[in-house]
Amino acid sequence: MLGMLEFNPELDFKLLLAVPLIPFFGYLLQISLRGRLPHGDKILTGGMFVVMCITVYMAAKAISAAHAGVPFLHHSEEAGMTHGWLYDVASQPSFKNLVIGVFYDPLGAAMLAVVGIVSFCVHLFSMGYMHGDKRYPIFFANISLFTFAMLGLVLSDNILFLFVFWEIMGLMSYLLIGHFSHDPSQKFFHSWATWASKKAFLTTRVGDVCLFIGIFIFYNGFQEFYATSAAAHAALPEFHPMRFTHMWEMAKLVVEANDGIYPTWMTVGGMFTIGGTVGKSAQFPLHIWLPDAMAGPTPVSAMIHAATMVAAGVFLLGRMFPLLSPDVLAAVTVFGSVTALFAATIGLTCYDLKAVLAYSTISQLGFMVAAVGLGSVEAGMFHMTTHAFFKACLFLAAGSVIHGCHHIQDMRVMGGIRKKMPITFACMLVCTMAIAGLPWFSGFFSKDAILLAAWGNLIEGEYFGGPPLLALICLSLGALFTSFYMFRLIFMTFFGEYRGDMEHHMYSAQLAAEGYEGPPPHGHDDDHGHDDHDDHGHDAHHGVHESPLVMTAALVIVAIFAIPGAAGLLNGWFTETVTVENMYGENVGAWVLAGTPVMEGTKEVLVGGLPMAIADHNSHEGHDAHKLALIVSSIVAFGGLIGAWFLYIKRRDLPGKLTAQFPLVYTGVRRKYFIDEIVDFTVLKPTVGFARFLRKVDENVIDGTVLLVGRIHKALGSISAWIDSTFVDGAVNAVGLVSQNLGAALRLFQTGRIQPYAAFAVGGGILTAAWLILS
Amino acid sequence: MPLGAYIAVSAALFAIGIVTIITRRNVLYILMGTEMILNAANINFVAFNRFGSNGLDGRMFAIFTIILAAAEAAVALAIVLNFYYLFNSVKPSEADLLRE
Repeated sequence: MLGMLEFNPELDFKLLLAVPLIPFFGYLLQISLRGRLPHGDKILTGGMFVVMCITVYMAAKAISAAHAGVPFLHHSEEAGMTHGWLYDVASQPSFKNLVIGVFYDPLGAAMLAVVGIVSFCVHLFSMGYMHGDKRYPIFFANISLFTFAMLGLVLSDNILFLFVFWEIMGLMSYLLIGHFSHDPSQKFFHSWATWASKKAFLTTRVGDVCLFIGIFIFYNGFQEFYATSAAAHAALPEFHPMRFTHMWEMAKLVVEANDGIYPTWMTVGGMFTIGGTVGKSAQFPLHIWLPDAMAGPTPVSAMIHAATMVAAGVFLLGRMFPLLSPDVLAAVTVFGSVTALFAATIGLTCYDLKAVLAYSTISQLGFMVAAVGLGSVEAGMFHMTTHAFFKACLFLAAGSVIHGCHHIQDMRVMGGIRKKMPITFACMLVCTMAIAGLPWFSGFFSKDAILLAAWGNLIEGEYFGGPPLLALICLSLGALFTSFYMFRLIFMTFFGEYRGDMEHHMYSAQLAAEGYEGPPPHGHDDDHGHDDHDDHGHDAHHGVHESPLVMTAALVIVAIFAIPGAAGLLNGWFTETVTVENMYGENVGAWVLAGTPVMEGTKEVLVGGLPMAIADHNSHEGHDAHKLALIVSSIVAFGGLIGAWFLYIKRRDLPGKLTAQFPLVYTGVRRKYFIDEIVDFTVLKPTVGFARFLRKVDENVIDGTVLLVGRIHKALGSISAWIDSTFVDGAVNAVGLVSQNLGAALRLFQTGRIQPYAAFAVGGGILTAAWLILS
Repeated sequence: MPLGAYIAVSAALFAIGIVTIITRRNVLYILMGTEMILNAANINFVAFNRFGSNGLDGRMFAIFTIILAAAEAAVALAIVLNFYYLFNSVKPSEADLLRE
């Protein structure tokens, strides 16, 4: 049994290589057959099932290795599986060569398993949710390539290939968000999807450019350092400046050579690098694309919000953590904290089911980013893992609700559907408890670890204040709001009475004021009739119904990871496996730990898992931070729950009164702080205006110049044409005319008769003789 | 008789031959004109031989020319015959194929 869980480079790297290749070949097959692959959806989902099994098996190896205390940083070099991008590896061992391979470490193991499980569930769910869609096969192909990109990103051993997969993911998010832009029958989504996909692509592109610049700065800096440093040559005889492991080593050497201070270029490079995270992980101010990304089909939202896309930004932080200087981390903390609070407040006022979840994702990503900024990279990565499961479940459950309510997303026309959709309700409730951070649910462990990091930074840091204080306040409030709006979502959607059929209810006036025109047409259901919906039969168009088995099965699989027992197990595995030493190797890990004082005091707490820590926290010294964190996170979790219950169950008239009391605040938050309008005004309008101006310049100045040159040439041409026709042709014609006239004259003498010829001959002879005699 | 008289006769004969060739409307007269020109030359040969050298060169040339003229007349008559076949006429003004 233990032998099976030992890492065997020869075999396991082949298995790991198969992980991204399975969805990739699925995509190729589906696309090259133009979606005519019979049972393509089942084949691709089956492929994802295999991927999930491999990733989970591999993660088990990582966990067992960590348990045994064996270092678990594996590069495919061990199995001889590397590829020289520019030259052959053996013949040209130059540091200018880009040698690519597969990298498998505890963080990658965790991430890979998350992506494998969530992607499989999303595939499974899509088989039910997307059934009858006009571009169903293409949807499956695209979502497979999306998964491939994320899996490849996780397994990349160097930053450049991470960037390549990062970009593939950007493209696939564009295609998937814009899935309905080719389907005019989906009236609600059609134009929005086109706009949203462009917005997502262009907004993340800003971050991507920053990341690319950051990569260049680090590449250049490390190469220059390596060229001059003997210590670097000693530590790394063979240096690949793009490879993560070498970048970490080199960061340590650079900082040590600089008396323990990060040089300025590393700070600059780090700032650009986190720009990539800000764009991809939807941090303020580049978060605007994520709420609009829900224009895509709901499984895509689940994918983007949980396993791929946004997780990639946080994963990048995990990979680049040793390279980030304290200044960069402070910036990261501020970005994350502000985003966490800011997005949570917007979530309070949204009525669209998916919009609440979208803002909750932004907020939770803020938590993760802030955690990395606070130096607790493990907490950030752990929150990413737990969040991936419960947010995938929440989105899939939301998709199930939307599917059950015939593509209505507005919570104001839902309500009381818990009895009609019991499985969906149960899964959503579990995951809501997890995201709210109720004790022993998965979000509790990870969010608590983040708050702990903030407290620890404050207590053990040099002074009380600065980014950690901001983070503590923002994150605590953010957690409170998270709990509140998530239970608000539950209460509005699943409790009370169903408002979809009611003529007049408490939100009627508000909906009418916003121009709500009732449910959108049931195009989705009409497309495939009732054949596939035997379980709910003829009442499909009238009542709310539970979703088919494939969808609920997918929901249950991801929900399992949020429930207390499984979450505790996950917490135990994760905290033991993904530690700084395990992530970055002993050498770099010790250095990273030494640089982040907060980790010293709290590490032991994290390792045992929090339930253990709660039991014996009195027996340890220096655990004040943990006590405080625990108290705060429990208070905010239950505070939000009770607040939501009070406002949306007990006193339902209160929210309306409150919003009437503070109209300015409410409108500001409801309109998402006018960020879209500000961006529209400061970026889009000037850009479009500038483009118009350039077009004018192009049309008038450039085209004018070209036309002027043309006109000048035309005039010159007509002059030379005149000269040509007059003088040149004239000369030729004159020659011709002269010859013609001369010929005509000479013709007169050419009679053809011999007697005149003889006369001419004799006359000529006489004249010649006369001339000879007379001269 | 002085040499000039011979030359004068020869010149006159030559002139008559030329005029005959140029002006006559019959091919046969043109042939006759040629004969006159040849004979004008013969007179010159004989006359210059009489007054100039001591040998028989001039007379030999004259005899040679007479033989040549006979041959030429035979050829010329053949031409005239063909001429007649071709144009169905003996007028030299009818033959203007050289223009073509």
